[in-house]
Amino acid sequence: MQTVILRAAEEEHSLNPVIPHPIEIILSLVVFAILFWLVKKFVVPSFEKTFAERTQAIEGGLAAAENKQAEADARLAELEKQLADARHEAARIREEAREQGAQIVAEMRQQAQAESSRIVEHGKAQIEAERQQAVTSLRAEVGTLATGLAGRIVGESLDDEARQSRVVERFLAELEGAR
Amino acid sequence: MSTIGMSLKSEFTPPGPADFNLPPIGPDRTFEFLGQEMYLGVTKPMLQLLLAAGLVFGFFYLASRKRAMVPGKLQFVGEQAYGFVRNSMGRDIIGSHDFMRFVPYLFALFFFILVNNVFATIPGIQFPTFSRSGMVYGLALLSWVIYNAVGIKKHGFVGYFKHQSVPAGVGGPILLLLVPLEFLSNIVVRPVTLALRLFANMFAGHLLLILFALGGEYLVLEMAIQYAPVGILAWLLFIAIAFLELLVQFLQAYVFVLLNAMYISGAVSEEH
Repeated sequence: MQTVILRAAEEEHSLNPVIPHPIEIILSLVVFAILFWLVKKFVVPSFEKTFAERTQAIEGGLAAAENKQAEADARLAELEKQLADARHEAARIREEAREQGAQIVAEMRQQAQAESSRIVEHGKAQIEAERQQAVTSLRAEVGTLATGLAGRIVGESLDDEARQSRVVERFLAELEGAR
Repeated sequence: MSTIGMSLKSEFTPPGPADFNLPPIGPDRTFEFLGQEMYLGVTKPMLQLLLAAGLVFGFFYLASRKRAMVPGKLQFVGEQAYGFVRNSMGRDIIGSHDFMRFVPYLFALFFFILVNNVFATIPGIQFPTFSRSGMVYGLALLSWVIYNAVGIKKHGFVGYFKHQSVPAGVGGPILLLLVPLEFLSNIVVRPVTLALRLFANMFAGHLLLILFALGGEYLVLEMAIQYAPVGILAWLLFIAIAFLELLVQFLQAYVFVLLNAMYISGAVSEEH
């Protein structure tokens, strides 16, 4: 056991790991310098470029999407406006049609009324005219009759009462017979 | 490793720093440095360093190359990994106005350290590159230079040291005490703690794993049969600790880069 410790101590004395190997210092610096140069020259710019491009692509994509969205919004607004206009137009046309219809109905009614009153007027006038004609002809006939009768009365002798009544009787019978 | 393999026959030799001093591929020539005998040649951790750099660059190059708007699996993983360092360590700590110039550094550093740390667990490699202190000192030195340099560039030489050493809103004699402390902690100690934290974690974690593996082996194979269950238990613990190490590997890479970002952020900030 003692020899082990002794040997270990001996080794420890002969080899101190903290004391560097000079070539290793230089080598590590040289190798790292080369690696650094290669990385700086080829790797980092490449990664940075990719990152930048990706950021740009994403931002560009976002901008494009925003544009599209705005466009779509505008489109939608336009369509909605068109739709509203169309609705408005339709309502207006309907209103107009209704008004026109009402007007037509009113006109028709008026026309019909006018026609009916005209017909009534006409009828009345006709009746009046016929009545007038009847009255005129009646008057003429009554006059003729009355004159005829008067002549007959006057022509016959008016002294006797029986005669008198006979004349009247005859006149009336003639009248009856004339009908 | 081979020395330990031989000593198994007689008695147990605990693993030590020697297990981290891997011999080079090819002839075992050595040289003297700071009283230590060092191997001269290409060693496994050196190759790992290169492999890690290659893997990190290769993966992220392939992942970033296509630049598709809708990423595939590879690109997605690459982007997530890059974004993690860029945003959580770069932007959130340094601030969104001038973090981008530090992102390549932080990004390369994080994945370089992470992959090198994970090598400790990858079968066939199983050696943490940063358990070699020299490797870490290089990176810590670099981060020290960087955060001080950007600070000096921003505030001027004197202005920067004033910015780092004189706490805002403090006056009078207490400054005599605070200024040296602040200077020490902000300028002197930071690279040391940065380096030692990463190095020691990797070193200790790997040492622990070796200990459990070899100790278990020794208990099962070399000791009396009644010790065998303990050896099995050690191996089970080895597996558990290996998973814990995965967490440590990630955390240490994260902490190293996070502190780098914080040091840079502190150096370039307007107010202390």
